[in-house]
Amino acid sequence: MEHKIRVLVAKPGLDCHDRGALVIAQGLRDAGMEVIYTGLRQTPEQIVAAAIQEDVDCIGLSSLSGAHMELFPEVVRLLKEQGADDILVIGGGVIPAEDIPKLQEAGVAAIFTPGTPISETVDFIRAHVKRGSVS
Amino acid sequence: MSELQEKLEAWTEKVEKAISKVPERQERFVTSSDIEVNRLYTPKNGDEQEYLEKLGFPGEYPYTRGIQPTMYRGRYWTMRQYAGFGSAEETNERFRYLLEQGQTGLSTAFDLPTQIGYDADDPMARGEVGKVGVSISSLADMETLFKGIPLDKVSTSMTINAPASVLLAMYIAVGEKQGVSPDRLSGTIQNDILKEYVARGTYIFPPKPSMRLITNIFEYCAEKVPNWNTISISGYHIREAGSTAVQEVAFTLSNAIAYVQAAIDAGLPVDKFAPRLSFFFNAHNNFFEEIAKFRAARRIWAKIMRYRFKAENPKSWQLRFHTQTGGSTLTAQQPDNNIVRVTIQALAAVLGGTQSLHTNSRDEALALPTEESARIALRTQQIIAYESGVADTVDPLGGSYYIEALTDEIEARVWEYIEKIDDLGGAVTAIEQGYMQREIQQAAYQTQKAIESGEQIVVGVNKFKLDHEPQPELLRVNPELGRIQAERLAKLRSERNNEEVQKRLQSLKQAAEGQDNLMPYILDAVRVYATTGEICNVLRSVFGEYRPALF
Repeated sequence: MEHKIRVLVAKPGLDCHDRGALVIAQGLRDAGMEVIYTGLRQTPEQIVAAAIQEDVDCIGLSSLSGAHMELFPEVVRLLKEQGADDILVIGGGVIPAEDIPKLQEAGVAAIFTPGTPISETVDFIRAHVKRGSVS
Repeated sequence: MSELQEKLEAWTEKVEKAISKVPERQERFVTSSDIEVNRLYTPKNGDEQEYLEKLGFPGEYPYTRGIQPTMYRGRYWTMRQYAGFGSAEETNERFRYLLEQGQTGLSTAFDLPTQIGYDADDPMARGEVGKVGVSISSLADMETLFKGIPLDKVSTSMTINAPASVLLAMYIAVGEKQGVSPDRLSGTIQNDILKEYVARGTYIFPPKPSMRLITNIFEYCAEKVPNWNTISISGYHIREAGSTAVQEVAFTLSNAIAYVQAAIDAGLPVDKFAPRLSFFFNAHNNFFEEIAKFRAARRIWAKIMRYRFKAENPKSWQLRFHTQTGGSTLTAQQPDNNIVRVTIQALAAVLGGTQSLHTNSRDEALALPTEESARIALRTQQIIAYESGVADTVDPLGGSYYIEALTDEIEARVWEYIEKIDDLGGAVTAIEQGYMQREIQQAAYQTQKAIESGEQIVVGVNKFKLDHEPQPELLRVNPELGRIQAERLAKLRSERNNEEVQKRLQSLKQAAEGQDNLMPYILDAVRVYATTGEICNVLRSVFGEYRPALF
């Protein structure tokens, strides 16, 4: 049987604007992926624990509050610490262009800012998930 | 003489009397070709009865044409730019800059830790201090925020919900220190928790104790802070979360019904608190729909208050509202285009009869506004007010076939939703069941799909794109602020009278466990520099925290 790609959509920090996260979650589901949404106000520790427990292939982080430079790399660091850095980490939200290369250096594979069609995110995830026999 | 003629004359007489006390901005209003602009245009012939029932005169039931008889011919709307970032010092500086530039009211953005009741040094505040608003952990920060700003001269709006009682108490305490008594303070606290559960997420406590805090504030302010708008029932965030214009009005008014009912159930007479209720709406790009939306909202609310809640004071029937242009309509691509979007939206708000307005800045899809973009946003309002002439007659689009038909249609669809929510058991139940959330999320997803298919055009995003976008200058919040604020708090905690703080927090706890109005206890705690986090933690320990079901 085909393994469906599993994605954890997460809102790190206190930022509560989750329209983008919810729209993406719906879009990924419509594209045939299994999506788990963490809900609001998750610490990086909680996100990483949920990702490992749910055995996801990808974590999508969403932030609009400006806390991304502190919280996104922390998720990557914790994944590494737990030996789970084969999980693909991507991000989205209100993120200035000049921050994107720094986040990529820190291990966030890609940042999708507003205006990105959902299909672009879907294609990226399909092309970059590293784990097992995924479709 | 026809009934319309008679009523028009009676209205004119009343208005003339009012004007003899507070005159209009000009003696004569004219267009650039020296055509006299009348105060008001009404149908000359046609269905007069329909006019009287559906529109009426400005300042009269059902207020479709506005809540004041002369609207902006007397005074422009309040130009109230939402501002706040970083430390209290930085925000104080921005406040003063905006006042110097001709802004007429203040509006405070708090950072997320403050909005969720965490001090700047709380582990939950990590990465968020000062980011989307100013960090206020104690009265000391609040004193700095309003340093040199006389609270009896300026009205202040504060976007704060779950800890609204705490921040209002701090504002009252700053007033005391400035020698301004609470009855001379004017402004608004948002204090709309239901919308937080629906759309914005900065809740702390479960619905029931939240509703208690809100009615406590209604009651306290009716006594002590009579010029304070005790709630701003907000459709803004519902719309930003993806709702349609109809859903924005329907869900906001349904939430408003829940607040009014809660206050009545708590024993408050409706005419005692209802005149201090205010509303907050969004203005998006669909120009005529937005104008009609505001007019419909006023008419529906007047009916609800008059017939459903049997309010007798006409002030209780009036829907007064602040408007903010639509943040989610702005694009990171070609940010200067946002100035044009904001102009259209602001114009819709003015033509819809708003009482105060915030215009968004061009760079808000990228970061917090720089001083320059905040100034352009304010200038946009000033140009509409002082140059365009749209403020020279009351409800200039009233009577337009299109606008009136849209107003009727929006009203009809809003009533359908209100009835549906009534059937579900009211707004609180509808929210607990996720009904509003699901409706909004569905609308948001439809919008995204329409944009992706090209059915809905977003200039610069899915049409008329640029190959190379120049990067604008962005405002950056000092990343060290979290540490600096934490050090300040440590100093405050070592210098204040901690015994007194503990005593007052203990009294607050006891009061929270009982039935007393909590405002006096919170004010007592704030006065001795108990922090936002300490006060909210006491309330958390009694009320618990809200954990939503995921939809």
